[in-house]
Amino acid sequence: MVEPPQIRMANDIAAQFRHRPPAEAAGEVAEHIRLFWEERMRADLLAQVAAAPEGDDGIDPIVIDAAALLRADAPGPTA
Amino acid sequence: MSLAKQPDLGTPARPGEATVSVTIDGISVDVAPGTSVMRAAATAGVDVPKLCATDSLEPFGSCRLCLVEIDGAKGTPASCTTPVSDGMVVRTQTDKVAKLRRGVMELYISDHPLDCLTCSANGDCELQDMAGVTGLREVRYGSGVDAGANHLDAPKDTSNPYFTFDGSKCIVCSRCVRACDEVQGTIALTVDGRGFASKIAAGSDVGFFDSDCVSCGACVQACPTATLQENTVIELGVPTRSVETTCAYCGVGCSFRAELRGDELVRMVPSKTGGANEGHSCVKGRFAFGYASHPDRVLEPMVRDSLAEEFRPVSWDEAISFTARRLLEIQGEHGRGSIGAITSSRCTNEEVYVVQKLVRAAFGNNNVDTCARVCHSPTGYGLKQTFGTSAGTQDFKSVAASDVIVVIGANPTDGHPVFASRMKRRLREGAKLIVIDPRRIDLVRTPHIEATHHLQLAPGTNVAVVNAMAHVAVTEGLVDTEFVAERCEGYDEWAEVIARPENSPEALEEVTGVPAAELRAAARLYATGGNSAIYYGLGVTEHSQGSTMVMGMANLAMATGNIGRDGVGVNPLRGQNNVQGSCDMGSFPHELPGYRHVSDDGVREVYEQLWGTPILDEPGLRIPNMFDAALDGSFRALFVQGEDIAQSDPNITHVHAALAALDLLVVQDLFVNETAKFAHVLLPGTSFLEKDGTFTNAERRINRVRPLMAPKTGKQEWEIVSEIAQAMGYPMHYDDAAQIMDEIALTTPTFAGVSHAKLDEVGSVQWPCNDAAPDGTPIMHVDGFVRGKGRFMETTYVPTRERSTRRFPLILTTGRILTQYNVGAQTRRTANVAWHGEDVLEIHPHDAEVRGISDGDRVSLASRAGETTLRARIADRMPVGVVYTTFHHPVTRANVVTTEYSDWATNCPEYKVTAVQVALLTAPAEVEQTADQVPVAGG
Repeated sequence: MVEPPQIRMANDIAAQFRHRPPAEAAGEVAEHIRLFWEERMRADLLAQVAAAPEGDDGIDPIVIDAAALLRADAPGPTA
Repeated sequence: MSLAKQPDLGTPARPGEATVSVTIDGISVDVAPGTSVMRAAATAGVDVPKLCATDSLEPFGSCRLCLVEIDGAKGTPASCTTPVSDGMVVRTQTDKVAKLRRGVMELYISDHPLDCLTCSANGDCELQDMAGVTGLREVRYGSGVDAGANHLDAPKDTSNPYFTFDGSKCIVCSRCVRACDEVQGTIALTVDGRGFASKIAAGSDVGFFDSDCVSCGACVQACPTATLQENTVIELGVPTRSVETTCAYCGVGCSFRAELRGDELVRMVPSKTGGANEGHSCVKGRFAFGYASHPDRVLEPMVRDSLAEEFRPVSWDEAISFTARRLLEIQGEHGRGSIGAITSSRCTNEEVYVVQKLVRAAFGNNNVDTCARVCHSPTGYGLKQTFGTSAGTQDFKSVAASDVIVVIGANPTDGHPVFASRMKRRLREGAKLIVIDPRRIDLVRTPHIEATHHLQLAPGTNVAVVNAMAHVAVTEGLVDTEFVAERCEGYDEWAEVIARPENSPEALEEVTGVPAAELRAAARLYATGGNSAIYYGLGVTEHSQGSTMVMGMANLAMATGNIGRDGVGVNPLRGQNNVQGSCDMGSFPHELPGYRHVSDDGVREVYEQLWGTPILDEPGLRIPNMFDAALDGSFRALFVQGEDIAQSDPNITHVHAALAALDLLVVQDLFVNETAKFAHVLLPGTSFLEKDGTFTNAERRINRVRPLMAPKTGKQEWEIVSEIAQAMGYPMHYDDAAQIMDEIALTTPTFAGVSHAKLDEVGSVQWPCNDAAPDGTPIMHVDGFVRGKGRFMETTYVPTRERSTRRFPLILTTGRILTQYNVGAQTRRTANVAWHGEDVLEIHPHDAEVRGISDGDRVSLASRAGETTLRARIADRMPVGVVYTTFHHPVTRANVVTTEYSDWATNCPEYKVTAVQVALLTAPAEVEQTADQVPVAGG
């Protein structure tokens, strides 16, 4: 199965923080995405994570946690 | 009209204060210790006759024309080789030296053709000048064939496409040989034979073309006669006027005197006063300008409603209204974010600035990106995170003060040849060299230079190597603790991680392929060898951990105190002429000019007030994101300024599909490039010979680009962009490019002191240039980092997802070569194709042998993304398991095989690691080899 671009890129970011405690890693990933991703990309990511079946091993658990953080906060990045 | 010559003081300047007083022909002058009498005289306004001396070369003392008399000294010493001493009294014009000089000139002229009136150097010949200066009126020995044995039948060497060597006119002054040795550092030329049989040779029984000569032009520039002469001068005549401008090839940003006859460019001569190049050049900047007048140039705007139609030439008004109408229609139908633009690193700062303004103010979004996305965007990210700003730390001159030079993922002798010459000069003086590269690049072993360490790492393991080097510094007590304590933050956390056993050279040897002992030795040398400087290229950035590696190098420099002074630093070697500038100008979708995030209310407010429109506070799409969005249907129109994304970007099958999916593609370019084949509007661009503006090179040096001629298209590119904005209903107007720079200075703190007037006055400045640094900033982070404290960033090594497999067992890495540039749109339209007519695949002898491949065989190159064919070159500089090619020719389609993997932080493509298979082709290649063959101009 072809990995959707947003999932691939988010997984790549998550891989950089995998050595950190999970909550901290998710925060770093969410912050990076806030700062550098366009709005529709964030929306696509959230939709794809939401649509993924539970236990989908194609999405890094850090990404799933980061998506939850992104979903929780209001739209708009911080510098 | 006559051409003003560049001043020549005869011998190079010496460092130090002017503390030595001498009197020359009654004129007192103070000069630095070690200065030659000749240079002191020239400084005092006294020209001493000379032939073998020129101020770009060390004195040689062979021509005996510069003899002078010095009070208290015996004889008539050569002024070029005689250093001044305090109180020295020199006489340059006496009967005695005049007689000697005339005698010398008689001998020269007795063996020189007397064809001055028809000679190509007539009026631009130092021998001719000296005959006049010395008052030569007769040649007692006869001249020409009457003078007995002579060299008048010496053959011409016309093998080089750009210059001719005419041995009959050679006076064997050795300036060409010394220029090749001292300036270029290739050491291709020699004086063959002795005494009367002496002659200049470019190797043993080979002409210039087949020799080691790299056609930099240093010998041609140094020649005082017509012996080494540009073919364009031979064909067109001596130039009559000149314009100072900046080269439009690589990120070195060399200054040139464009010398013309009327509006016809005759030659490009490197400017001695150019801060980046100081009188040197390479084969591209010096000679490969013919593309600018190539018949392939598109000079009229063209449009078409669909890709099925042919382009039709239209007026500028129609092209601009068509473009604006379609952009508005598409936005109306698909939303504000459905359109965007890509700026060009080949265009001026002013041209780039107006495109990002078009996007932010007229499009109303931040969907603007630049081709730096695919080269140095990790540099921007990594250096901003660690140092606080997205730029290299040094000026090029700094390398002259380096004791240890580390070259990582760069091939300067091919990619940045003029800087490489500076570097090689320092290495010949004794600086140590560490090369970190999978390939044995030329610098590893070249005349008079041998790398102390070549860490031949496996592709994709840069971060592991830099972490291991840092591990050595931290665990062996090599950290500059004082520097770290005063200037940095985050050290303890970083050091704790980096000191862990898994980061040791021994633990990582299996991953990197670098012997631990060798890596330890290299790390110790870097940390303790004096001034250590890092220079890096796309072999660092174009990886899945490109940004991490940039931060890793910054960490290493901070830990060892190699930042903030002459001779040290972390220095990206930028690919294109204005990569730095295009990034500075706000081309990234998350940053306004000056690298300030779009979410910063204060920064947005500056632009909102000036531009009179709200600025979106959300990042826009990056180039790869634009392609993905084009394929999902949410991105429908793209304006591409001077880039050939259909050839240069990775996985071009994917790129082509995205471009074909657009409702509107507008391309602004010199040629109908590969991208233009998907375009609906083609807006003809201007060459650098027509542009008016500035380029910013890799050392942050802002140089003027001055027009030699009016735009062949009738409009400057910034005018076209402004008119599109206006046609879309957004008022944008500038009277000239200087006005655009004034707006940049007004809104960008690091450019606050920059204006065209200032640049015309001082030549160039390096940003930041503002009230705090009115003369610019050659070296950054001297007293403190831009962000305050330098920040250590964690750099855990994460292997790339691209792995070699049984199906694709080799790793492909891509790059460039000396004579070609990027996608070749310019250089393929010059005589440079004589050196590189096609891209080839370099492969190690073992990998070739097991596949039955011989040198020159056509082979298939396949990855999971695609397949192409090209010719193989057996090269033992490749490691086993790694192959290499360039992407200068569209027919090669090298980027068919590169993949969608990219740097985690910036989406910079992972060009440097693609798993491939190579196989001998037994059937004819499918690709038509004539597809990109274009006629050559300017040969």
